[in-house]
Amino acid sequence: MKLQNVIEKHGRLPENLIHILLEYQAQKDNNSINEDEISHVARELGLSENRVYSVITFYSLFSKEPRGKYVIQVCNDVPCHVNGSFSIIEELEDVLKIKMGDTTRDGIFTLEKTSCLGCCDKSPAIRVGESIHGDLTPEKISEIISFYRREYDECRE
Amino acid sequence: MSAENRFLKNIVLTKRCEKINPESIESYVNAGGYEALKKAVTMEPQQVVDEVKASALRGRGGAGFPTGIKMEAVLKTEVFPKYLVCNADEGEPGNFKDKFLMENDPHQLLEGMIICAYAMGMEKGYIYIRGEYIEPIRILKKAIKHARGKGFLGKGILKKDFSFDIEVRSGAGSYICGEEFALVESLEGKAGRPRNKPPYPTISGIYNKPTQINNVETFSNIPFIILEGAESFKGIGTKSSSGTRLISLSGNVLKRGVYEVEFGITLKQIVYDIGGGVPGGRKIKMVQLGGASGPLIPETMLDLELDYDRLSENNLTIGSGAVIVIDERYDVIEILRLIMKFFKHESCGKCTPCREGIRQILRILYKFGSNSATQNDLKLLRTLSNVMSETAFCGLGQAAPTALFTTMEYFAHEYTSRIKKPGVILKAV
Repeated sequence: MKLQNVIEKHGRLPENLIHILLEYQAQKDNNSINEDEISHVARELGLSENRVYSVITFYSLFSKEPRGKYVIQVCNDVPCHVNGSFSIIEELEDVLKIKMGDTTRDGIFTLEKTSCLGCCDKSPAIRVGESIHGDLTPEKISEIISFYRREYDECRE
Repeated sequence: MSAENRFLKNIVLTKRCEKINPESIESYVNAGGYEALKKAVTMEPQQVVDEVKASALRGRGGAGFPTGIKMEAVLKTEVFPKYLVCNADEGEPGNFKDKFLMENDPHQLLEGMIICAYAMGMEKGYIYIRGEYIEPIRILKKAIKHARGKGFLGKGILKKDFSFDIEVRSGAGSYICGEEFALVESLEGKAGRPRNKPPYPTISGIYNKPTQINNVETFSNIPFIILEGAESFKGIGTKSSSGTRLISLSGNVLKRGVYEVEFGITLKQIVYDIGGGVPGGRKIKMVQLGGASGPLIPETMLDLELDYDRLSENNLTIGSGAVIVIDERYDVIEILRLIMKFFKHESCGKCTPCREGIRQILRILYKFGSNSATQNDLKLLRTLSNVMSETAFCGLGQAAPTALFTTMEYFAHEYTSRIKKPGVILKAV
């Protein structure tokens, strides 16, 4: 859906800003919102660009920098940490050959740390796109990554 | 997730969970759902508020403010429109009980909200839910649609002169939006930074109108209180804490999950009898209550009862009901660093004590971690924590050093043993 259509779907009200940005960003391949889009939303909602920018930089689900198609968020708060999330982070960095905060060269994955995902009964847990993967062990990571690579390839075909 | 009720004679919140189909309103109605609403609309608004006041229900979001008193304040404010908000921005590490309620019994929450709206003359309500909770968002939106279809939401509810509707709004990844004014700012489509208090949201909240904000679990208690009466509710729990509590049990414990328990249960029973203790026969090093902003206590304190007064006598709170068990493989300073890193990420940056205080605390904790701290660092840590809890602008900054205070008291050795002594080289952790 085009940005303009997302705006019209939610309505041109400042209170709808977060929902507009969330829905628009989620459908973009690079999971981010660029400066042109910030200007566009600001104009349509009658807000200053500064105000839109402040929302994008404040909330951690938004990004101004291009990210991978799949953003992998790893929780490392206490309940996940004491169940071994540090070894999940190491394994993800190994399998993806990137460091925390980076995007793979093919633009498919970005690795991010996140605050608690609210599934501490399944810790350690990660969130890939909109899906939660819990009760992880380092052995399960390759399988999860392969699954998303296949999904990505199938979408391209 | 499982709601284990083996240790509970009286079930308030989870009686339908995992028994009904949460995505079917008929299933809820057949299990006695919306009967409390039918009863409430035959009562005077003041009677509804009086019933909640008499139940001594206290807010389940963490602060424990008496719900009836909050309702009374909103009821007495003669400014319209008034707004009702459900705070479902459950972001405190170790908490997942609101998600459990929303996923398993969404109509109980809606019914509680509709009863409150009736009592306080509100036409519009919001459920503010964190953006990460994709599944609860979907379930709630569906439940709202079904409730409209059955005439429990919308115009002329139950053929009375009472109209009310609920909108689900989501955040976009920010812990501070659980703070009531930050939440209001976020609902208005802004960055979630807290406002000055007073005036409180009950006087001036969304669009500067009176706004009642309560937690998911708090609203979910309302149907029981109206249907069974305040006396029945007070009959559950202890003298100073009525009702039950949802506990999010996590960390190094065998049976992690959400459990409904009655006030008066000991922390030890929660960890061992319900949770099955620590896996692999390891010992408990510490337990954190309430989540990142809660106290870290040693195993010797687990005999304490879950009760607002008993805990407060020991300068403790259960907050939003998290119990995080940490076993002997982990180090106090290491855990504290994780907690403070969380707050560093989540501080909104508005006030100096929180924004800078957390950074400095982390810097000092690194020194303790590398055994290069001095006696002065310990003093500084104490001063910084005091300044934050006394002067931070909102609850986030005020509560951020709680785990520091309690560990300095109960795990003093962990600090003093790492203070550099001249000529002695200690191994870093």
